[in-house]
Amino acid sequence: MARKHVKFIALAVVFFAVLITAGYVFASGVPLAAVPAAANSAVPWWAWPLILFIVTFFMGIVAVLGGVGGGVLFVPIIGGFFPFHIDFVRGAGLLVALAGALAAGPGLLKKGMADLRLAIPVAVIASSCAIVGAMIGLALPAKTVNIALGGTILGIVGIMLLAKKSEYPDVPKADNLSTVLRITGVYHEVSTGQDINWKIHRTPQGLATFIVIGIMAGMFGLGAGWANVPVLNLMMGAPLKVSVATSKFLLSITDTSAAWIYVNNGAVLPMMVVPSIIGIMLGSIVGVRILTRTKPAAVRYIVIAMLLFAGSRAMLKGLGIWT
Amino acid sequence: MDKKVMATEEQLAYAKLLDSGMKTGLLILIVTFAVYMSAVLTPHVPVEELPNYWKMPVHKYLAAADIHPGWAWLGMLGKGDFLNFIGIAFLAGVTIPCYIRIIPILFAKKDTTYGIIAIIEVLVLALAASGILKAGGH
Repeated sequence: MARKHVKFIALAVVFFAVLITAGYVFASGVPLAAVPAAANSAVPWWAWPLILFIVTFFMGIVAVLGGVGGGVLFVPIIGGFFPFHIDFVRGAGLLVALAGALAAGPGLLKKGMADLRLAIPVAVIASSCAIVGAMIGLALPAKTVNIALGGTILGIVGIMLLAKKSEYPDVPKADNLSTVLRITGVYHEVSTGQDINWKIHRTPQGLATFIVIGIMAGMFGLGAGWANVPVLNLMMGAPLKVSVATSKFLLSITDTSAAWIYVNNGAVLPMMVVPSIIGIMLGSIVGVRILTRTKPAAVRYIVIAMLLFAGSRAMLKGLGIWT
Repeated sequence: MDKKVMATEEQLAYAKLLDSGMKTGLLILIVTFAVYMSAVLTPHVPVEELPNYWKMPVHKYLAAADIHPGWAWLGMLGKGDFLNFIGIAFLAGVTIPCYIRIIPILFAKKDTTYGIIAIIEVLVLALAASGILKAGGH
C-alpha cells in the first residue's frame, strides 16, 4: 500500500515538474524562436531535459527487462546521441546508477539477498579504485574517453553474449581468506522453499579483479553490474541471486566515491541529472511490473543490439569518423 | 563458521538507515528541482544558455560560467541551479553515515577486521567527498 503511494507521489511530482518546466518557458512571454539556443541548434533548451526524461523512462523499462543496470545504457546512448559533453554524461550516469542502487539496496539487504559481509571487503577496493578511475577519466581528452568507452561497451556486449551463469556454483572448499573473513551465508530460495548454504573461493583473485572494475566504473560512469556479477558468481562462486543482489548494493558504495569526484570537479548539471534519475526510476517501476507478467527473451537481444550500436557510435565518434 | 539465515544485525541497521536516507535525498532532489524549474530562485546559469555550456568539457564550462568546483556550491544555495546540489550531495553522501552506524555494532561483536575495514571505507568516501582530489584538465 505504502509502495503504491510512493509511486503515485513520484509520478505526481514528475508530472508537476514537467508542467512547471513547460509553464516556465511559455509564461516567460519570450517567443521560443527568440530564446538563445546553442549556436548550431534549432532545438529549444527545454526540449533536451524533456527528451532526456522520456528516453531515460524507456531506458529504465528496457534495463529491467534486459537484466542490465541503467548506467550501462545511459552513458553510451546519451553520450552518443545527445548534445551533452561526455564529462557531464558520465557524471549523470554515475548518479543515475547510484540512485538505482540506493533505491534497491535496503530491500535487498533486509531480505538477506545482498550480503554485507561479502560486499564490505569488495567495496573498499572497488570504491578506492573508482576514485582513481574518475580522476583519470576527467583528465583524459574526450576523444580518448570515447574510444575507450566504445571498446568497453563492445567488450560488455561480448560478456553478455558469451558469459555463462551458474545458479549455484560448485565451491568444493572455501579459500583461506574467505574463511578468515567469514564470508559465508544462507539465503532462502522462495521458488523452492529451500535454505541455500553458500561459501566462496578464489577470494584474492576476485578482490584483485575489483581493482580493474572500480577503475572502469569511475572512468566511464557506467555502474559496474555487468562486471560485478560474473566475478562474484563465476569467479568467486557466490550463488547467482546473491551475486546479482550484492552487485546492485555494491554499486551504491562504488558509485558514491566516483560520483563525489565528478560533483567536486563540476561535472554535474542538475538539468541533466534530475530528469534522468526520475525518468529511469519511473521506467524501472514500470519495467518491474511488466517483468512480473512476462519476460520476453527478445528484450535481452534488443539491449545487446542497442549496446552494440551505441558502443560503435562512441568508438567512431572518438576516432573522428562519425562526429 | 557461523551461518546466517536472517540478515545480520549490522546488515539490518545499515539497510534501515540507507532506506530513510535514500527517500529523504530523493525527496529533496525532486523538491529542489521543482524550485529550480519554477524560477523562484534565479539560477546562476540562465536556463536558456545551458545548451552553450553542456557541450563544453567541464573545465571550460567552469571557467566560462565562473563556477568554482568543490564545495563552493554551498555559498551559492540562493541560486536555483545550485540548490539542487543539496539533494545530489545527500544521495552521494548517505552511504557514509550507514557505515558509521555499523562500526560500533561490528566492534561490539568483536568483529575487529570488519570494523577496521568499515573505518577505512568511511575514510575513503570522506576523502572522495572532501574535494581535496582534483582531476587534471584536458
